[in-house]
Amino acid sequence: MLTGRMALELYLDLISPPCRAVYIFAKKNNICFEFKPVELFKDSILGRKMSGGQSHEGQQHTEEFAKVKILKKVPVLKDGVFTLAESTAILLYLSRKYNTPDHWYSSDLQKRARVDEYLSWHHNSFRRIAPKTLWIKVLIPLFTGQAAPPEKLQEVIDELAASLVQFEEKFLQDKPFIMGSEISLADLMAVVELMQPVGVGCHIFADRPKLAAWRSRVEEAVGKELFQEAHEQILNIKELSSIEVEPKLKELLAPTLMKMLK
Amino acid sequence: MVVELFLDLLSQPCRALFIFAKKNNIPFEFKHVELIKGQHLSEEFGKVNVLKKVPALKDGTFTLAESIAILLYLRRKFNTPDHWYPSDLRKRARVDEYLSWQHTAIREKGCRIFFTKVLMPLAVGQPFSPDKLEEAVKEMNFTLVQFEEKFLQDKPFIVGSEISLADLVAIVELMQHDPNFLGCKRFADRPKLAAWRSRGEEAVGKELFQEAHKQVLNAKSLGSMQLSSELKEHLKQILK
Repeated sequence: MLTGRMALELYLDLISPPCRAVYIFAKKNNICFEFKPVELFKDSILGRKMSGGQSHEGQQHTEEFAKVKILKKVPVLKDGVFTLAESTAILLYLSRKYNTPDHWYSSDLQKRARVDEYLSWHHNSFRRIAPKTLWIKVLIPLFTGQAAPPEKLQEVIDELAASLVQFEEKFLQDKPFIMGSEISLADLMAVVELMQPVGVGCHIFADRPKLAAWRSRVEEAVGKELFQEAHEQILNIKELSSIEVEPKLKELLAPTLMKMLK
Repeated sequence: MVVELFLDLLSQPCRALFIFAKKNNIPFEFKHVELIKGQHLSEEFGKVNVLKKVPALKDGTFTLAESIAILLYLRRKFNTPDHWYPSDLRKRARVDEYLSWQHTAIREKGCRIFFTKVLMPLAVGQPFSPDKLEEAVKEMNFTLVQFEEKFLQDKPFIVGSEISLADLVAIVELMQHDPNFLGCKRFADRPKLAAWRSRGEEAVGKELFQEAHKQVLNAKSLGSMQLSSELKEHLKQILK
């Protein structure tokens, strides 16, 4: 008889790119986990109801979840009593614990260094910039009832464009994938982030054939079905614009919104 | 052929690398890239790191950017003591967790303070904006609370009883805001943080620690830095 061994829990909201990376990685590698849905914007996204008695604050900020994550972000991993934040850390932990195929995080010294290099650069480039497209095109109008100034979107698009140039020049170059001939954690983290602007109608792959080819390769390496499944929500994000938003939620998010608009 | 490390000790990530390499007796050639002279923007340096940032590594024909990647590369290649990046799955995950979080937390907030208080005024020739500095300091303070509550807690170091890459990377960032530097009292009103920093300094070795921080602890010389005109232009672009 199996003793009460707690399953691996992954707290995810697939609207968030790092959550998608973790989700795809776990599924692709047949890692058994319990999907614990976290809705970053609570009821305001796609009209889903909260399970159990919850406070009126965005679900992510409830006490229970806060115990799991003092940093109040997703994704979060819970393995028995061990909790872990930060998608990079989670991906590395899973790759080691479940001994996933070498290409994800090569044991070759220099190839691994290339993945580390990308994962580090990623934070202040795609991770920082790409989400702004969602805020400006969907969330700000949703929460304020007004469109964001068009110059703001252009600013973000320009910033993202500059990052894409660096990405192609430094990380991708003329290789099939960042590390070389096979997909790694680096490609996964990059692609999920770049799907954010795509989801809100910024077609960054349209006039970038090299990048578009890379994205297709990543999608194929991951498996089209899994890739689409993970991206279903973000690709249908426009549905959001017709949702009623709770006033309390608007209040909570107001400071973040103001920052975006500065 | 010896590993080349392209560094400027004014930069926090460079100090982490310098300390790590020296502490572990890793032979390397110190290639000084003077930031205030804009040397990182040169075409020559661009061949080492097309991103034009320090630190950078050159090992034969292999070049590498990003301090975290370089630290991990060195510790693997030179097989440094386990505590720096524990082989224990969960302890290692804790180090990874910190190294990931810090980019947009302590590193980002720290840089903003430095830019606001030192670089921007030097670039545009005007005194810093007290409002902007206050905002930057407020964000840093919030981040430090998160750091103490989530990462340090009541442990001697981030991962437990011994110093790791996480502590090293954190300490050098906070040393940019040492009481001697920029007049920011980062440690003065935070005894737990101050105690941790002392432990870190001791674990690294006081002499090495001081050597790495010589430039940054000399507040007077920082205030009178002369930025190259190329650098000034470059800064004005990115600091708007």
